[in-house]
Amino acid sequence: MADETTQQTPSAPAGGEQRQGGRPGGRPGGPGREQRKYFRRKKVCKFCVEKIDAIDYKDYRLLSQFIAESGKIVPRRLSGVCTPHQRRLGRAIKVARNIALLPFAGSSR
Amino acid sequence: MQRTYELMFIVRPDMTDEDLEKLTSTLSTQVTNAKGTVKTVEKMGKRRLAYTVGTFNEGIYVLFVIEGPGELVYELERRLRVAEPVIKFITVRVDVEQKRLDKIKKIRDSRRRGAGTHAAAAAEAAAAQAESAAAETPAQA
Repeated sequence: MADETTQQTPSAPAGGEQRQGGRPGGRPGGPGREQRKYFRRKKVCKFCVEKIDAIDYKDYRLLSQFIAESGKIVPRRLSGVCTPHQRRLGRAIKVARNIALLPFAGSSR
Repeated sequence: MQRTYELMFIVRPDMTDEDLEKLTSTLSTQVTNAKGTVKTVEKMGKRRLAYTVGTFNEGIYVLFVIEGPGELVYELERRLRVAEPVIKFITVRVDVEQKRLDKIKKIRDSRRRGAGTHAAAAAEAAAAQAESAAAETPAQA
């Protein structure tokens, strides 16, 4: 959706010939194109927002939100969890894995 | 040195309630014999395991919260290892984490109280805060 609008706006004044060859998605940092391709929401740490101080290994429902389908711990850059909380979260997930509350990564189910 | 531990273990799913009761009571007496105290015993019920343990795909989770010296944990873990129906166990020390949380809570409370006294303009809000603080303090005093 956003791609279509950005493609149309420069083509109207400059003429279509120049733009038609290059794909708009291929050059996001092109001249005069400051608009982002899509709107990225600012991620916030769930534990800071909800004021969860204690990340308990027994709370597998909470922890399972932060493990991927494969059983891996979701990295901070994807989940948006802040560093101190990610540290505790990782620890809690690892304890929970040991007592079979959460799966290990790579173990086939 | 008294420390707080959470002792969680899984017993096989086909275990009867009586047997489980017997196992928990023997563990409890073991704790009290070693000058420890059992704070809570919680049977968390049957749950599907995240992965196969031995031959089992589900198990009954039991959680003990105990207070006692570290030697007590050695003894309990040895017993759990020997106990035939127990398929998995873990001991987690919780007092350090609890201490940290209490500290955070204390800081947070004092900050809230401090903000109440500084805001002279919002006298009503301060009064309301003092009231809520007073409601909290009897437990501490």
